[in-house]
Amino acid sequence: MKTLSLIIKREFIAKVRNKSFIVMTFLSPLLFVGIAVFVGFLASMDKDEATQIAIHDEAGLFKNEFKNDKNTHYIDISFMTFETAKDTASNNYDGLLYIPKVDSIQQLASKVEYISEDSPSIDFITDVEHIVDSTLTSDKLKILGFDAKKIEEATVNSDLKLSKFSGEETVRGINEIKLIIGGVFGYLIMMFIVIYGNFVMRSVIEEKTNRIIEIIISSVKPFQLMMGKIIGNSLAGILQFAIWAIVGGILFFIFSYFLGMQMGASSPTDMVANAETTGFAANIPLYINELKSLPIATLLISFIIYFIGGYFLYSSFYAAIGAAVDSETDSQQFLLPIILPLVLGVYIGFFTVLNDPHGTIATVFSIFPLTSPIVMLMRIPFGVPLWQLILSIVILFATFLFVVWFAAKIYRVGILMYGKKPTWKELYKWLKY
Amino acid sequence: MNSILEVKNVVKQFGDYKALNDVSFTIPEGSIYGLLGPNGAGKTTLIRIINQITMPDSGEVFLDGKKLSPSDIQHIGYMPEERGLYKTMKVGEQCLYLAQLKGLSKEDAKKQLKYWFEKLEIEGWWNKKIQELSKGMAQKIQFVVTVLHKPKLLILDEPFSGFDPVNANLIKDEIIELNKQGTSIIFSTHRMESVEEMCDYIALIHKSNKLIEGKLVDVKKEYRTNTFEVGIISPNVEGLMYDLTQKFKVGQTNFKSLNDDIKLDVQLGEHHSNDLLSILTKNGQVTHFLEKIPSVNDIFIQTVSNK
Repeated sequence: MKTLSLIIKREFIAKVRNKSFIVMTFLSPLLFVGIAVFVGFLASMDKDEATQIAIHDEAGLFKNEFKNDKNTHYIDISFMTFETAKDTASNNYDGLLYIPKVDSIQQLASKVEYISEDSPSIDFITDVEHIVDSTLTSDKLKILGFDAKKIEEATVNSDLKLSKFSGEETVRGINEIKLIIGGVFGYLIMMFIVIYGNFVMRSVIEEKTNRIIEIIISSVKPFQLMMGKIIGNSLAGILQFAIWAIVGGILFFIFSYFLGMQMGASSPTDMVANAETTGFAANIPLYINELKSLPIATLLISFIIYFIGGYFLYSSFYAAIGAAVDSETDSQQFLLPIILPLVLGVYIGFFTVLNDPHGTIATVFSIFPLTSPIVMLMRIPFGVPLWQLILSIVILFATFLFVVWFAAKIYRVGILMYGKKPTWKELYKWLKY
Repeated sequence: MNSILEVKNVVKQFGDYKALNDVSFTIPEGSIYGLLGPNGAGKTTLIRIINQITMPDSGEVFLDGKKLSPSDIQHIGYMPEERGLYKTMKVGEQCLYLAQLKGLSKEDAKKQLKYWFEKLEIEGWWNKKIQELSKGMAQKIQFVVTVLHKPKLLILDEPFSGFDPVNANLIKDEIIELNKQGTSIIFSTHRMESVEEMCDYIALIHKSNKLIEGKLVDVKKEYRTNTFEVGIISPNVEGLMYDLTQKFKVGQTNFKSLNDDIKLDVQLGEHHSNDLLSILTKNGQVTHFLEKIPSVNDIFIQTVSNK
C-alpha cells in the first residue's frame, strides 16, 4: 500500500509539473470560451443580411403570399419579361422564383421553379413548397365551391397533453433536455477516458523508452506500477477538469458580461425554447417540475460509479498498449478497437436513446460494459429499472477486473520487450508467459 | 561457507523457446561472482528471476538460506544493462523516490544519499534534472541508486559500460570496497579483463545451460594444458630442437622480449617442468620460462565454440 501511494504521488506530481499540462490546463478554458463567444457573436451578426429573392409570377396567383421576414426579402418583378427577369435576378438577387402561366392549378403544382446560383437550404425549399401548397389548395377549394373561411374554421389543431400514471402532468421536449443532461455526463466520461487514457499510455511508453522500467519493477510489482499510474494520472485529470470548470466559469461570466450578450443568462431558456416552440410560457412550471423530478441523486452517484469503472477499464487497455509498443506511432493499430466502442456509445446515446430510451438497442448497449458508462448515463434521466442499473454496474466491474488482470499480463511482459512492434498474435502469446 | 544465493534447477520457457534449462548454482557469501555467457544465453532471464521480475516455471531460488520472497527486494541491488532514469525528474527527488520504493524511510534515504553524494563529490547535482547531466554523470547516479539501500547482494549487469576509464576505476574501487564490507556481488559482463581482475568465482551459461561453475582458480586449473612459454638463446638450435621434440610437443610462439631469442611453446604432457628446464639449460641460456595459464577469455571461447 505504501509503495502504491508513492507511485501515485510521483505520477501525479510528474504529470502536474509537466509544462504542456500546465499550459493546457489554463489555455483550454480560454480557448473554449473564446470560441464559444466568437461563435455566438457570429450567429448574432449573421441575421443582418437577408436573402433577396425575386419573384416572376406569370400566373398572378402569389402576389401577396410571399411575405418578407428578417431572413428573406421577396421582390416582385413580374412586370418584366421572363428573360429580362432572369438576367436581372442573376445579377442583382440571390435567386428567382418562377411561376409560369398554365391552364390549371393542378399543372402549376409541379411547374413552379426556383432558379439560383447556390443550392437553396432545405428550410427555404420547405417554406416555398408550403406557401405554394396552401395557396393552390385554397384556390382550388374556391374553384370547387368550398368556402375557404369555413374550412379554416373547421380545421382542428390538436395539442396532445402528456402525463404520467402517477397523475403528474408532463411536457413535450423534455426528452431532449433529459438527453442533453445525460449526454453531458456521458460525453464527459468519454472525453476523460480518451484524454487521460492517452496520458497513461504515454507515461508507460516513457518509462519503457527511458529504460527505467527494469529498475522500478525490481522494486515493485508491475501490477502496482500500473495501478499507480492509472490512479495518479486520473487524479491529475480530475484536478485539470476542476480547474477547467472553475476558470471556464469565471471567464464565461466575464466575457458575457463585457460583451453584454448575457449568454450565461439566456442560453438555458434558448435551449428549452428550441426544443419546444408552442405554449412554452404557460408550461414553465411544468418544466421546472419535470426537471425537479429527474433522478439527480441517482444520476450523480451513477456518474461517479460509471466514471470510475469506465475510466479504469479503458485505461487498463491503454496501459497494456503502452507496454506493448515502443513509441506512440506504433500504438495506432491497437488504439482503434478501443476508440470504436467509445464512439459507438456516443452515437447510440444520441440517436437511439432519444428515439426509444427503453428499446432493445439502448438497453443492450447500456448493459454492455464497453459502452455502458456512456449509454446508461444518457438513459438514467428517462428512468431506468433498478435491476438493469445493478446488472450493468456488476458487469462493468466484473469486466474491469478481468481486463485489469489481462492488461497486467500484457503489461508485465511488454514492458521488458524492447525494439519491436508486436503483432496481435504475439500479444496473445504473452498472456501465457 | 554460507551461500548468499542458491539457484536450484531453474527452468524458464517463453512459448516454444527455453531460456533456462535446469540451471543451478551457488554463490558463496562475500564473493564476487562472474556470470558469463554470450548474448542470448539466458543471463538476463536468470538475473530477472533472481530479482523476481519474472517467475521461473520450475525450480527455486534461496537468498541467505531462505526461499526468495517479495520482501527480499530490499536486500538486493540491481543495475540492469539497459539503464535509465526519469529524464525530467530532479536527481535528488528521483533518488529519494527509488530508495523509498526499496523500502527505505525518507530520513534514512536522505542520510544515505548525503553520504554517497559527498563520497562521489556530486553534491551540486541534487536539483539538476537527469536530462541536464552527461551520460557518465547519469551512470554515477544510477550506481548510487543501486547501492543506496545497502543490499546484501548486488547484481551488476555490464557495470562499466558508459564510463570513461577514470570513472570506471572509481566505480570499480567502490565495488571492491562494498565487497570488503561484506556485500556479495554478481557480475555479468563481456569484459573478460574485469572478470579476471575482480571475480573469485565464475559460472558460464551458454544456450540456456550452465556449462562451467566454480572458483576461478579451480576452473583455470581444469583448463590448463601444461604448456610453457620458453625463450632461449642457443648456440646449437638444431641440437636443442632435436632434444625437445624427442620428449615434448613443440610449437613456435610469440611474446614480447628484449632478447633476440628463440620463442617456443612446449607442451609438457606427462613430464615435469624440471625435465624441460634441464634440457634447456644444457642447450643454452634461458631468458623466459612461464606456464601458459588459460585466460577467462580463452576458456570462454573454447567452451562456447566446442558446444
